[in-house]
Amino acid sequence: MSNVKKITGMRLFLPIFCMVLVMAVNILYDVASGNFALNFFTISIRNGVLYGRLIDILNRGSEIAILAIGMTLVVSASAGTDISVGSVMSLAASFCCMLLAGYGVSSTTDLAMPLIAGVLGGILLACVCGAFNGFLVAYLNVQPMVATLILYSAARAIGLLLCNNLIVYVREDSFKTIGGYLGFIPTPIVIAAVCVVIVAVILKKTALGLYIQSVGINKRASRIAGLNSSRIIFLCYVVCGLGAGIAGVVAASRISSADSNNIGLNYELDAILSVALGGNSLGGGKFNLAGSIIGAYTIQAITTTLYALGVSSDVAPVYKAIIVIIIVTIQAPPFKAYMKKRSAKKALAKGGAAA
Amino acid sequence: MKGKKINSNTLLLLITIALFFVMYIAGCVVYANKGFTHLQTFLNVLINNAGLLCVACGMTCVMLTGGIDISVGSLIAMDCMFLAVGMERWGMSAPLLCLLVLVIGLVFGAVQGFCIGYLEIQPFIVTMAGMFFARGMTAVISTDQVSISSNQFFVNLANMKFQIPFGAYTNSKGVLQIPFVRITVLIALVVLVVVFLMLRYTKFGRSLYAVGGNEQSATMMGLDVKRTKLKAYMLSSFLCSIGGICYCLNTMSGSVQQALGLEMDAISSAVIGGTLLTGGVGNVIGSFFGVLINGTISTLVKTNGKLLSSWSNIAVAALLCFFIVLQSIFAKIKESKK
Repeated sequence: MSNVKKITGMRLFLPIFCMVLVMAVNILYDVASGNFALNFFTISIRNGVLYGRLIDILNRGSEIAILAIGMTLVVSASAGTDISVGSVMSLAASFCCMLLAGYGVSSTTDLAMPLIAGVLGGILLACVCGAFNGFLVAYLNVQPMVATLILYSAARAIGLLLCNNLIVYVREDSFKTIGGYLGFIPTPIVIAAVCVVIVAVILKKTALGLYIQSVGINKRASRIAGLNSSRIIFLCYVVCGLGAGIAGVVAASRISSADSNNIGLNYELDAILSVALGGNSLGGGKFNLAGSIIGAYTIQAITTTLYALGVSSDVAPVYKAIIVIIIVTIQAPPFKAYMKKRSAKKALAKGGAAA
Repeated sequence: MKGKKINSNTLLLLITIALFFVMYIAGCVVYANKGFTHLQTFLNVLINNAGLLCVACGMTCVMLTGGIDISVGSLIAMDCMFLAVGMERWGMSAPLLCLLVLVIGLVFGAVQGFCIGYLEIQPFIVTMAGMFFARGMTAVISTDQVSISSNQFFVNLANMKFQIPFGAYTNSKGVLQIPFVRITVLIALVVLVVVFLMLRYTKFGRSLYAVGGNEQSATMMGLDVKRTKLKAYMLSSFLCSIGGICYCLNTMSGSVQQALGLEMDAISSAVIGGTLLTGGVGNVIGSFFGVLINGTISTLVKTNGKLLSSWSNIAVAALLCFFIVLQSIFAKIKESKK
């Protein structure tokens, strides 16, 4: 009994448990449809690039993983969520493609300016968006969800304006590489890994991670202890914007176009979901980056599995919603208290029977 | 101190009302030759936003408790799809379907309210899941675009015109145009008045303010906070379902992509109308003007004809930003005076 408790009490239990569950469903599905049972895990090299369902999940999940990093910090520091990341992604993608193609051009095969300038431009604009959110939350004390609501509705619209209401295609090989393949590895996986490593190292080597947590636990106490609480919250939102920018450029490169209406659609929900799934409290405070990253890939695994099971992309949200509700219910304090009471009653009954 | 508090809140409301009139009069001056001055243009704003008005009333009630409900847009899509498929494919009668939609709204709200009130999960997360769920269920019912044409009762209801005895004019072809409103406007106005009276004079209405103002003191006063929250979300989803019926009467169709982002319109209407996001302060009259401002902006953009439709999104977002900053400045002033 105590061993079970030890395992279920671990911080990474929830995301890993979900991941294992998804894998089990996949294996069952493969067995049921008569395929090789470990089809899910097979990785092969086809056409000179890595191929396999696992690789596909890692590849497609890159954007969510990058977003989840920023979202984890935002949730931890400000006890609120940044719901603008999806729209900011779309804005960054639009701006990047507009810079690369030139204003008003709907399709191009050569770049109007160096690739790096376009990409950095897109990412920089996303950082500005993050800074705007951060300013509202940290310095004007606006509720995070509401502050980010502004860009949630405006960013996508601004992106459409930048693209002159067109879908801008950039059909150029060096741009396609960002969302394509680097040698035989999909580039998004590399980008996501680099982002995760950089953030993890910064959090580990400096006290920043500790500062963020302490601000999240008690903003006023941290300020009295000498931390610049507002600046730390501001910084978290900028990082979140940065992540959204990188994810946006990757997403644009994947389809080599800036489809303002569809890039990053519902990604904010996936990002928030991965933070929750990673065992982080949405009420702020302590965070676990590894959990969020595993959570992000779990979400992608769930999505891919649902598609593999023949669930249409329109219906998939139903299952995601049910998963969210189950996860947050398990995390909810009243539910935990209820379960504790029940197990205590059981123990009491056992003790009574023994006596 | 108390007088001061009321002042700053009424000031916000007054700014909103003034802004609406300034905007509308500016529209009348700039687009005078495009028929902006006619009474019918104003009535069209009401007709187009009747559904939104119902939703905004519900949203205001939820926001008074310090919560938020972002499932409304998807719930409307689900309602419309249910009505459309019910009439066209299953051949059910319209009144029965409308009743079912209202019951669905109540149940949907009850589940959300239970999670928020009794399980103490953040409202945003719960209603986000609700949003996912409703949008997905819309696709489960049908992924086609279903338009309503065969149900005579519903079609008649939608085409019903209530003429207004003044403000008639002759158009360029010399035909007398009598201004009219649709039944949806009447429904929405009734909802507005009922919610206004409820918030002002009933025990439930006052407890909404109390819970939003300070949950702890509300508990100490002996109010059942959990129950109040549950009821608030039920009310929101119920009003949203009424809004869904209005929306359906307006569009006469159901599709998965319907009412996308409507929750943001409803929230921004309430915020522009002076409802504080932290809860405890607000009024449906403000939300009414918020909806009108929303509608006027999109009408202005449409009347211009050259501007991209995304400009109306940007304008609403900019206004939202303006009001949020204004609210926070007022809050800071209040805090420094304490």
